[in-house]
Amino acid sequence: MRHPSWGGRLIVLVPYLWLGAFFLVPFLIVLMISLSHTAVAQPPYAPVLDPAAGWGGLRDFLAALSFENYAFIGSDWLYLASYLKSLEVAAGSTLLLLLIGFPLAYGIARAPRAWQPALFMLVVLPFWTSFLIRIYAWVNILQHDGLLNQVLLTLRIVDEPPTWLSTDTAVYIGMVYSYLPFMVLPIYATLEKMDESLIEAAADLGCPRWKAFWLITLPLARPGVIAGALICFIPIAGEFVIPDLLGGSQTMMIGQTLWTEFFANRDWPVASAVAIVLLGLLLVPIVIYQQLQARGPEGGR
Amino acid sequence: MRKASWFNVASVALGLGFLYLPIVVLVVYSFNASRLVAVWGGWSTRWYAELAGDRAMLESTWVTLRIAFLSATAATVLGTLAAIALTRFGRFRGRMLFAGMVYAPLVMPEVITGLSLLLLFVAVGVDRGFWTIAIAHTTVTACFATVVVQSRLISFDASLEEAAMDLGCPPLKTFLTVTLPLIAPALASGWMLAFTLSLDDLVIASFTTGPGATTLPIRIYSEIRLGVKPEINAVCTIMVAVVAIGVVAASLLAKFHHVAGERAAGLAARA
Repeated sequence: MRHPSWGGRLIVLVPYLWLGAFFLVPFLIVLMISLSHTAVAQPPYAPVLDPAAGWGGLRDFLAALSFENYAFIGSDWLYLASYLKSLEVAAGSTLLLLLIGFPLAYGIARAPRAWQPALFMLVVLPFWTSFLIRIYAWVNILQHDGLLNQVLLTLRIVDEPPTWLSTDTAVYIGMVYSYLPFMVLPIYATLEKMDESLIEAAADLGCPRWKAFWLITLPLARPGVIAGALICFIPIAGEFVIPDLLGGSQTMMIGQTLWTEFFANRDWPVASAVAIVLLGLLLVPIVIYQQLQARGPEGGR
Repeated sequence: MRKASWFNVASVALGLGFLYLPIVVLVVYSFNASRLVAVWGGWSTRWYAELAGDRAMLESTWVTLRIAFLSATAATVLGTLAAIALTRFGRFRGRMLFAGMVYAPLVMPEVITGLSLLLLFVAVGVDRGFWTIAIAHTTVTACFATVVVQSRLISFDASLEEAAMDLGCPPLKTFLTVTLPLIAPALASGWMLAFTLSLDDLVIASFTTGPGATTLPIRIYSEIRLGVKPEINAVCTIMVAVVAIGVVAASLLAKFHHVAGERAAGLAARA
């Protein structure tokens, strides 16, 4: 298909227009509404661009926009605490995911070849079942008279049933549980491609196993580790369902703040500004990732 | 064959145990005769029987399945077009923006995607409900379908298509007789991914829904917020079972095709 004909143009045009209409335009609308202010009207924000008013209308519209929502978010401790909480949970969960995901990926990559597809499949399978269901499964276990407390009481590890639900511990458990496949897959993909004779050569030359792991395996797995960390960090920072069902009400993550701002307070302009700031924050790890990718090949040598 | 060290075995066993234990607990509890979760009242299927009489739940299931089917189909078509555009068209004008629009929704937090689509629907002034959810799901899942189809398009040799066209085969026929059969497995897995993502989605559906379109996740979510209920355990068990059967069947089918293909290739090589 070297000469794009009218049919070729159509192939580009259809998804282009679709994504433009339902991804780009909505994003611009969010950006615009984040600069407006709430109004008791339908829709509940002002100014509203009126195409019938012509250029004069456009000028009035632009003049009425302001950055007051951003100033408001910056001055209110509630939002700042939410952002910090999100970053804290995302960073902590990503670290835990690495600690649990790496040995799992490593174990699968070192399993007998014939078993690998089956083990791989077992890691992926939960990803296909509903996210909501998997979180709900933990509510069953962590609630006050749930399985965990029953086991702890029966084994006499504790005398009083501790509270698990509505704590940060529960949020971390939920995050690690939900995102584990996303961490394991990229790491496994890099470890599986690794040439094992490298390790054998190191062993033959008298290198201890832990040192070979540190000097050979880990650097070679770096692209997978970084990709996995990124794939987990970004959605966790914006997560809503997990903190809402498993977490407490002391400090909300930013996804919850956005949700309440929108559904409970019906403050659409502030909700939009919260979304734009969150996007800006999430661009940071993506840019870092691209920097790391750009100088990727010589790393690990 | 390599020898598995105890550490590797332990980490795989613990990891898989962690992944599956909660689901097993959920399934077992769904057969608990007692309404109280803490009390084991013996095996029973009474929650499944109650579920069969729950009109609201059945209605939500039907709405969810219809949305998932529609949006997965539309997303696969859009995703295939986008993947062809990205892999076979080289550098066309606006490619950067196009690639950005394809990849950005993959990492975009759901709350933001949902919010932006809702604001669009409000600005345009359409009634929200079934169709707005379907459009929202199509948009997001199309990006996932693109990635799946794209990886398949990259992995096979474009010279096959070029050879067909050099021999005078028109582009459309080339696509139908050469490209499509080669990417068919990717289309199937892209469709399935889109279908399950749509089936699963709570956040985007909550933003874009309207009166009369309560999807299953929205209903389950509002019930869970009120506490654990055995009926919900039963619904979840059915969903897990359906997905598990679907995925295992699909992978067995793919394996069968793979084996058959290799056998055919082997015979061809011998001949």
